[in-house]
Amino acid sequence: MRNLLCILCVSFFSYAANARVITVGKNKSYTTITEAIQRSAGGDTIKVFSGIYHEKNLVINKPIVLMGIDYPVLDGEHRYENISIKSPGVTVQGCKVIQSGVSSMEDFAGIKIYNTHDVIIKDNILEDTFFGIYSQYGTNCTIQNNRISAYGKEEQQSGNGIHCWKSDSMRIIANKITGHRDGIYFEFVTHSIIWRNTSEKNLRYGLHFMFSSNDAYITNIFRNNGAGVAVMFSHDVKMFHNYFEENWGDAAYGLLLKEISDSYIENNRFVKNTIGIFMEGTSRIEMNNNVFERNGWGMKVQASCMDITVTANNFIGNTFDIGTNGSLVLNTFNGNYWDKYDGYDLNKDQKGDVPYRPVSMYSVIVEKNPPAMMLFRSFITTLLDKTEKVLPSLTPENFKDIAPLMKPLRL
Amino acid sequence: MIIANNVSKKFGSLFALNDFSVTCNKGECIALIGPNGSGKTTFIKTILGMVVCDSGFITFNGSNIKNDWQYRSRIGYMPQIGRYPENMTIGQVLDMMKDIRKSAQQQILDEDLINLFNLKPLMNKRMRTLSGGTRQKVSAALAFLFNPEVLILDEPTAGLDPVSSEILKEKIIAEKQKGKLVLITSHILSELDDLVTQVIYMQDGILCFHKTISQLTEDTGQAKLAKAIAHVMQKQ
Amino acid sequence: MKKVIKYVIIDILRNKIMLAYTLFLLVLSLSIFSLEDNSAKGLLGLLNIILIIVPLVSIIFSTIYIYNSAEFIELLVSQPLQRKTIWMSLFTGLASSMSLAFLVGAGIPVLIYQADITGFMMILIGVILSVVFVSIALLAAVKTRDKAKGIGVAILLWLYFSLLFDGFVLFLLFQFSDYPVEKLMVAVSMLNPLDLGRIMILLKMDVSALMGYTGAVFKDFFGTQAGMGLSFFVLLLWAVVPVWLSIRRFKHKDL
Repeated sequence: MRNLLCILCVSFFSYAANARVITVGKNKSYTTITEAIQRSAGGDTIKVFSGIYHEKNLVINKPIVLMGIDYPVLDGEHRYENISIKSPGVTVQGCKVIQSGVSSMEDFAGIKIYNTHDVIIKDNILEDTFFGIYSQYGTNCTIQNNRISAYGKEEQQSGNGIHCWKSDSMRIIANKITGHRDGIYFEFVTHSIIWRNTSEKNLRYGLHFMFSSNDAYITNIFRNNGAGVAVMFSHDVKMFHNYFEENWGDAAYGLLLKEISDSYIENNRFVKNTIGIFMEGTSRIEMNNNVFERNGWGMKVQASCMDITVTANNFIGNTFDIGTNGSLVLNTFNGNYWDKYDGYDLNKDQKGDVPYRPVSMYSVIVEKNPPAMMLFRSFITTLLDKTEKVLPSLTPENFKDIAPLMKPLRL
Repeated sequence: MIIANNVSKKFGSLFALNDFSVTCNKGECIALIGPNGSGKTTFIKTILGMVVCDSGFITFNGSNIKNDWQYRSRIGYMPQIGRYPENMTIGQVLDMMKDIRKSAQQQILDEDLINLFNLKPLMNKRMRTLSGGTRQKVSAALAFLFNPEVLILDEPTAGLDPVSSEILKEKIIAEKQKGKLVLITSHILSELDDLVTQVIYMQDGILCFHKTISQLTEDTGQAKLAKAIAHVMQKQ
Repeated sequence: MKKVIKYVIIDILRNKIMLAYTLFLLVLSLSIFSLEDNSAKGLLGLLNIILIIVPLVSIIFSTIYIYNSAEFIELLVSQPLQRKTIWMSLFTGLASSMSLAFLVGAGIPVLIYQADITGFMMILIGVILSVVFVSIALLAAVKTRDKAKGIGVAILLWLYFSLLFDGFVLFLLFQFSDYPVEKLMVAVSMLNPLDLGRIMILLKMDVSALMGYTGAVFKDFFGTQAGMGLSFFVLLLWAVVPVWLSIRRFKHKDL
């Protein structure tokens, strides 16, 4: 045991002692990064000074630190993958990665992690790449503080900003992604966290999340993406303090939940989306302290959902608070604030004395008969809604909040 | 000047005019006489184009009045009950009519009646505040204002006081002497004595006779129009 | 023609109801805009005014005006004027006064609070609907001789266009819910100027996403230049055809 420790210590110190700093750039030790990497050993730091580097496909197969000084440009000339990381313990930092190859056969990326672990990618700028940062079988990697933008026009010709596939223990922190197909893409990714990212104006989803369990995404901003955020076929997902904003479009959702279970949605804001949350086949979800403001539909809860508990949320200024397609209700709404509630509170316990029915007659009609949207905002639909409030007949009987709040929560 | 040819007009199942034909010439002053509902006013309105006849036609100076409207600038019309936009003053009504008819023909305005009826001080009164008699005065003044070749007067003296009535009669005589065609309906036959040269008598929309006064006197042996007509009616 | 229009407009503008209508619109739209925290919501409030109040006032006021002007019309008919001229003057006078009232009452607040394409679309549709309902009122008034009956017809027509028609559409939608009726619905919406105007305005607002959500047909049709052009053309037909029919009737009407 003691020997082992000794060996470890010796090897560590020797390692550290051998670590060198190699410079790349005009009038520096090397003029190309490829050469510098070839001459480097594990633990070295390669400092790349500003300039434009045409390295074709730069493969990093040693545990080194590739550090850009004043954002050296790594140009992929629209033909190559700029950086391929094939060794654990690599750090790529401060580079400007542009114009990766575009291919329909291969997933070219600006920076790609191949089947390795403990990689750190931070403070980079990626522009006009096919995929931005791609992790394939990555473990315990950090992707932090990168600015990733693309200018794709069509989904087919655009990759994802941060793409993680079959990865584990990833930390995606404080990145800004725009213009890609999906801002952040997770498929088969577990035990990971997505934190403080901004994903906006992407062509499809701000966050696309599939078969990825035991993950959390916290305090992210998903704004004005083609179709909002989709979280599908996963369980044990925690969604806290995120902003889902301005996902307006014919098929845009603030948050699309499909086949999700045992998850928590708390303290999020859903503002100006066509549909705040769309839920399908979803079960055992706790939704607390969220704000739904100025959405077309606050939530659409399909009849395939069950055991969803919606408590202490604010619903303000939505065209329809809740839409549903069935009459069976297996979910609980309790103690939310609804701005359309016009009941009274005689015993002054801050809770309305009559239940609130968040599903309006017209929303039921539209759900059953979509072309009825033609009558949107017409006199007759207003009248129908008013009549239904007095004499409920079509709207699901049990779909109600029995203790609606009289005043909005401070969220 | 005005020729009606086989004019018929039905209101519902009732004939207001039934195959009605008549000829009126310049310089004549014609009394339209008949019991209530005999179609006098309908005939007048047909001439003015306010009522469109079902069959037959009317010519004015030889041309069909159907689809024509300019001929009306040669007619002065005084309706049975003068009705005007209630919110306008007399002055505004007169100005409006002048304005509307001005372009049709540049005429010398005949403001005799306005002066004789002493309407000038009332110019700022709104139509709705006027009495029936004053309205009639306005109607009469309007009918003569544009110096028309044809005057159509529907019950002109109804509602007028005797003095005004006399003024109007004198005016009619004066205009007749200028060679104008005057058509008058009235129930008060005695008033027509000094005025008319011819009589059209109609009943149930049918023309009974169209005679000159002298011929009528000859036929009935009665000098006064009222008696002559009474004679005719009794005979029927 | 110009002279008669002048007198009609002077007469209408002297009418206190017109002034009240303008002030009412002004106060209502100003309060809607200033009470709502965001002007998009104010626009939705204004939409209700355009779809309910503007047609109602236009049709009722015009009908009553025509009946009350019976004497005036009679006077004009006995004058050397074409009947067509008289009727067109009445129409022009009424339409321009109603439009003017709307422009002042609702247009000014929109220009203050929401001077963008949505706002302009709203003003445009509001003006067109004012004219359309004047036109319909003229047809109703010329067809019925009795004043009380005429006003009743006008109210019924308003009720039909703002409520009954849509109820009927809803009924049809459920009857034919198994068939793809979206395209048909575009055609059906052409049959009601209010529906047409409403859809055209909604598609200019950001709530249009809601309409697109259930079927792209509306957006695909009304969103295109050609669709927009056709819709405006149909709206203009709604303004022109009733008044044209009413002229034909008025030409042969006995007064």
